[in-house]
Amino acid sequence: MPNLEHPAYPAADLLRLESLVPCRESQVSMLLSLFGERQQFSFPSIFIYGHTSSGKTYVMQTLLTTLQLPHVFVNCVEYFTSRLLLEEILIQLQSCSSGTEQTSPVHCDTLNDFVRLFKQAVASRELQDQTLYIVLDRAEQLREMEANILPAFLRLQELTDRNVTVVLLSEIVWELFRPNIGCFEPFTMYFPDYSIGHLQKILSQNHPPEYSADFYAAYINILLGVFYMVCRDLKELRHLAALNFAKYCEPVVRGEANERDTRKLWKNIEPHLKKAMQTVYLREISSSQWERLQHDGGEPGQLKGLSAHTHVELPYYSKFLLIAAYLASYNPVRTDKRFFLKHHGKIRKTNFMKKHEKTSNHLLGPKPFPLDRLLAILYSIVDNRVAPTANIFSQITSLVTLQLLSMVGQNDQLDGPRYKCTVSLDFIRAIAR
Amino acid sequence: QHRHLLELLKRTTVHGESNSALLIGPRGSGKTALLNHVLKDLREMKQVRENLLENPFLSGLLQTNDKVALKEITRQLQLENVVGDKVFGSFAENLAFLLEALRKGDRTSSCPILFVLDEFDLFVHHKNQTLLYNLFDISQSAQTPVTVIGLTCRQDILELLEKRVKSRFSHRQIYLMNSFDFKQYIKIFKKQLSLPAEFPDESFAQKWNNNVQHLSEDKTVQDVLQKLFQHSKDLRSLHLLLMLAVSTVTVHHPLLTAADLQEASRQRSSDSKANIVHGLSVLEICLIIAMKHLNEVYDGEPFNFQMVYNGESNASALHTLHLSLPSNCSFPLPPAGTEFQKFIQRKAHSMYNFEKPVVMKAFEHLLQLELVKPLERPSVRAQREYLLMKLLLDSSQIMDALQVYPNCPTDVKQWAASSLSWL
Repeated sequence: MPNLEHPAYPAADLLRLESLVPCRESQVSMLLSLFGERQQFSFPSIFIYGHTSSGKTYVMQTLLTTLQLPHVFVNCVEYFTSRLLLEEILIQLQSCSSGTEQTSPVHCDTLNDFVRLFKQAVASRELQDQTLYIVLDRAEQLREMEANILPAFLRLQELTDRNVTVVLLSEIVWELFRPNIGCFEPFTMYFPDYSIGHLQKILSQNHPPEYSADFYAAYINILLGVFYMVCRDLKELRHLAALNFAKYCEPVVRGEANERDTRKLWKNIEPHLKKAMQTVYLREISSSQWERLQHDGGEPGQLKGLSAHTHVELPYYSKFLLIAAYLASYNPVRTDKRFFLKHHGKIRKTNFMKKHEKTSNHLLGPKPFPLDRLLAILYSIVDNRVAPTANIFSQITSLVTLQLLSMVGQNDQLDGPRYKCTVSLDFIRAIAR
Repeated sequence: QHRHLLELLKRTTVHGESNSALLIGPRGSGKTALLNHVLKDLREMKQVRENLLENPFLSGLLQTNDKVALKEITRQLQLENVVGDKVFGSFAENLAFLLEALRKGDRTSSCPILFVLDEFDLFVHHKNQTLLYNLFDISQSAQTPVTVIGLTCRQDILELLEKRVKSRFSHRQIYLMNSFDFKQYIKIFKKQLSLPAEFPDESFAQKWNNNVQHLSEDKTVQDVLQKLFQHSKDLRSLHLLLMLAVSTVTVHHPLLTAADLQEASRQRSSDSKANIVHGLSVLEICLIIAMKHLNEVYDGEPFNFQMVYNGESNASALHTLHLSLPSNCSFPLPPAGTEFQKFIQRKAHSMYNFEKPVVMKAFEHLLQLELVKPLERPSVRAQREYLLMKLLLDSSQIMDALQVYPNCPTDVKQWAASSLSWL
């Protein structure tokens, strides 16, 4: 008994549609009721918003292709200027009308031309008054284009006087889209995020055929338990599930445990998943490297990520320079005397200093410092005598080019160049080893 | 207003007078509808049909500068330099040609032209306002009878016009305000929903109309309409609501019920940001709560990621420190010194200890959803963690969203409800 019923569309199509879009029946039925029959006018514009991978694009595409409604599907990130966007819409209109692959080049600069050509193109098709749907994905890019694109698309039905509905898909809420002088308000619809039950159901659907569904469902359960608090993105979870499944099955493959031995499987997989959180989830190492690591079967502690920490090899003096720069950036000038001189004077406690003590510089970012201070700190931390040769200065400039230091202020400052250190404490610690 | 506009247009077409007028009204108050209605009436009048009335319709959204507008006018008027759809000649030539064509006629022998300019305020932003100047100029001089009607939603439109353009404009303004009260609103509601007499199925139409009458007297329906009326008076939102409700009518559910209307109203008024917050992961919710606390403590000063992560005082707002805190108090920082980390340490058994990059990724997700917005564009100079940001959610919105958040760990909820009491 299909949940989706609509008199205008054949039941077989609806049944197939339902099997393709699990957990989204209510949204699909609402969309169907909005679309109505083929030739009925619908809302001039519909705005659908929801989190990433909550199925907006997928549901729209499956719906439109399964029910074979005439549509044009454009991604606004791919066609990021107005001209590209408008030309692409016209080209797609041409290609899906005649059914042949022949597309004559279309030249369309402005919206005015677009409306004119659109009217012509629609008239030449065998549409029989069916509603044409223009779906614009990642619609938040429309805001970056010229200012008249978004209001014009919202009113396209009125401007072209044809049976067309524009559907906008985006992650960002409508209030941030609205132009300042107002516009034709679209019908906003929310695609709710998947709950944990839904996620489980969807992820368990693509289990490999060698193992039973229960086994895979248990694995998904464990995976969700670890990652659900951090991320609910279906795409990411699917990626992680695919990558880690081989490791999960290892005990079964090796014969140490059978499919039902959940505790043993859990003990095996748990440190592995934690490691995955730090690396693959953050995309610090690619999935092929991850799989290779699994094959080699190293100790969990030996994981070396591709992060910048281990990658940068600096010459001897450069390392000291960088450390000196870090100290100069993050310590206030007052404390230099205390740290770096053999004899320091008394520390006078004032109210002023108390207040400033609390403002930890670690929160605000690095402060700029003049070159002389850098050199002074450098001399005091390097054990042997360092001569201020051109070598040192050139290393400073190469650090700037590497963007480990950054120059602050104009080029011709009277007091000499000022710099700022742009690396974090972890990096410094990694170098200092 | 209908009469006024009709009179005006009649005078142009029949008597050959040139005029100009502006229709001003908020969005959705029916300016375009009124104009179309008047035009239809006009066409039906016999006298007008004898005089041919050309009607170029321009829209500010489509014609973004004068060149395009001019081409569109020549195309719609089908002047001689139009072959098929293409218009030849440069802008200056076209303009000269158009002016010539319009100037040649005089009152008796040429046909009147009605220019309709939609989104008039967008035309005003063109360079030099040349098109407007020329159109108004022609309408003032004794040449081809021309009427220019502009539709706009800005009330201060006259200030945007240049002096020379304003002087040629006849300053005739027709205001369209939604000035009906609630009783009339209900009447409109009934009228919109009722089926017209020409509907093929007589008995169904009868049943439907009775149902509509019944609904308009129902208390819940009146509540729903009252809420919508107080929110915005324009008919477009009523239309949206009704269309949504009517779209649930199917063969199995042939008559509209009060529950349908309520459901439609609830959908329309759901808070979209709360919906988005509903879909965030627990880590991201914790970040938002930490930001909320920072906002409360420091009265909305911008913060950056590092601060949210550590939760310490905002040193860049030295002036607020001077203002809001007396200078000789020693403020006792919370013992661990950090908000978020304190929370994590307390509840380490229920949540894993997350590494900083993982938290950073969650923070960037919030940035992508535009719940947190940076104050200035990120540059190469500054590091991403130290970029100052603002939170775009209100604290009451956050608390409401937390109520409906599924599977929210209770400690998170308690932390959200607590507030730092040391200030």
